[in-house]
Amino acid sequence: MLKAHLPALVIIIPMTCAALCVLLRRKDWAFTVALLATWASFAGSCLLLVRVINEGVISYEMGGWPPPFGIELRVDALNVYLLIIVSGIGSVVAPYARNSLLLEYVEDRAYLFYSAYLLCLCGLMGVSITGDAFNLFVFLEISSLSSYVLIALGFDRRALTAAYQYLVMGTIGATFIVIAIGLLYQATGSLNMVDISKRLPEAGYDNTTVIAAFAFLVVGAGLKIALFPLHQWLPNAYTHAPSTVSAFLAATATKVSVYILLRFVFTVFGVRFSFEILPTATPFLILAILAMFLPSIVACFQKNVKRVLAYSSVAQIGYMILGLGLVSVAGLTASIVHLFNHALMKGALFLVLGCIFYRIGSCHIDRMAGIARQMPWTMAAFVGGGLSLIGIPLTAGFISKWYLILAVLEKGWWYLAVLIVTSSLIAIIYLWRVIEAAYFREPPDDLKEVSEAPLNLLVPAWILVLANFYFGIDTSISVGVAEIAAKALMGAG
Amino acid sequence: MKDYLVLRVITKLLVPFILLFGLYVQFHGDFGPGGGFQAGVIFAAGFVLYAMVFGVASAQRILPEGILRAGIAGGVLIYASVGLLGLILGENYLNYSPLSHVSKEGQHLGIFLIELGVGTTVASVMMTVFFTFATWREE
Repeated sequence: MLKAHLPALVIIIPMTCAALCVLLRRKDWAFTVALLATWASFAGSCLLLVRVINEGVISYEMGGWPPPFGIELRVDALNVYLLIIVSGIGSVVAPYARNSLLLEYVEDRAYLFYSAYLLCLCGLMGVSITGDAFNLFVFLEISSLSSYVLIALGFDRRALTAAYQYLVMGTIGATFIVIAIGLLYQATGSLNMVDISKRLPEAGYDNTTVIAAFAFLVVGAGLKIALFPLHQWLPNAYTHAPSTVSAFLAATATKVSVYILLRFVFTVFGVRFSFEILPTATPFLILAILAMFLPSIVACFQKNVKRVLAYSSVAQIGYMILGLGLVSVAGLTASIVHLFNHALMKGALFLVLGCIFYRIGSCHIDRMAGIARQMPWTMAAFVGGGLSLIGIPLTAGFISKWYLILAVLEKGWWYLAVLIVTSSLIAIIYLWRVIEAAYFREPPDDLKEVSEAPLNLLVPAWILVLANFYFGIDTSISVGVAEIAAKALMGAG
Repeated sequence: MKDYLVLRVITKLLVPFILLFGLYVQFHGDFGPGGGFQAGVIFAAGFVLYAMVFGVASAQRILPEGILRAGIAGGVLIYASVGLLGLILGENYLNYSPLSHVSKEGQHLGIFLIELGVGTTVASVMMTVFFTFATWREE
């Protein structure tokens, strides 16, 4: 019986448990509830994946009201792919939260952290699963508001300004998205995304309302994605947030925003409107290339390793947008695979930094000098995640770049392939600085003896690192589902 | 404000009516204009008025922070569990029809309970926001 209700359950369980955490108040109880909720949500997402592969698109009518009048939860390959990313990362990070909290938070309010964490998870899952445009905005706000809170929980006071900066930018982004949805509603009279896409040709592609909606949507989603010139909030937010939160948000929040862009540009507006009538492919490509290079170069000059990774995230988003801008099944496959693979590598790297922060109280590159002798397992995990970020063969990062280069060559744009490889070389530079400091430099004089990070921090980090290698070798799931999703996106137009 | 006799007397007269009107908007929401959001705000406004005239401390004696926080979460839980009840009774999430043997009555009961959850959360949030700012001190 429960099987039919899986689409609803994967978002209701975290939401209900978030409220439960507040009522329970006790730190350990809240932790247990949060852990079970994320795991249940992940299990549900995996079952949904199996169902989608076997049966195709699943539609769930909220409250029994049929679409387009009621809210529809709609699960196709792309939706379930995002659900797996969000809930999977959520499940790995949840046990990690327990210990890393001790240093970073006021202990008697830990239950509020778990509550905000579950709400954020619920919001991101909701965005990924809903078939209703306005419902998407509501879930986006749930996830955004809770992520502002999570970021503000950071170790020092700069976290507050970082969270505030993100709040301002994020609110502008969300407002643009809701304006776009309002304009679409005005033009088509519907809020169901599939229904809008059917009615848009009737409204007319030269309708200025529709064109304005498209513009608002792309800029709004671009702000949430941290697409290159709109990325200013991201480095501060990820640097000053608690390690657990950086890992969770870096791996999931921007991915879900990329999903919003993909869903609207390809499914709702359709390929014909987005790329044939409006000349949007070239701007996307230019922004993507700028994003691949400039933030990477900035990352080479950062002293705080968290900030290095944050700038690297902005650069990685460039690869996803590059795949989108190619407007082909191969390009989209590369984009979607990179959503998954980048979640794995950034999640792993931020979790490793959390281990280091737990022991030495800093992520500054000079403070990390010589740390590899004292924390060999932690630094080995960093190297593993780093290899994947660069894109060495047998890692997940290689798979993304391989498919991206294939997609570029399919179009005959070999110079883009050269650019992709060159930008990967920059990743070697900024990661090598960290590895060189940790392995080959003498530790600072005042550094006290530190031991290896505790197991409940190290194990989640290693799970993600090993996942990087696993999905670098066996790509049947990650690439297979991405291909189905890419074909569905292109076919919808 | 302790010296303003007129304000104190008028406030004492008004507060019960404000609360009553809040409850009216809450429970009349399924027949006419109203519902949990509006009712929650009106209900909270009664307490805010009381706190402004008689001091935040005396208002917080009735509704301490712990109870308000429980109200915030409790309202969401009421909403979510009514939805789950529909699911357990064999319909989709948030379908209230199976809550009673007559479908229409079930729908009525469901929306009544859901709005109660909304009202509880909104009222608690409004009061928490007010109390947080009213008791906030520069460090």
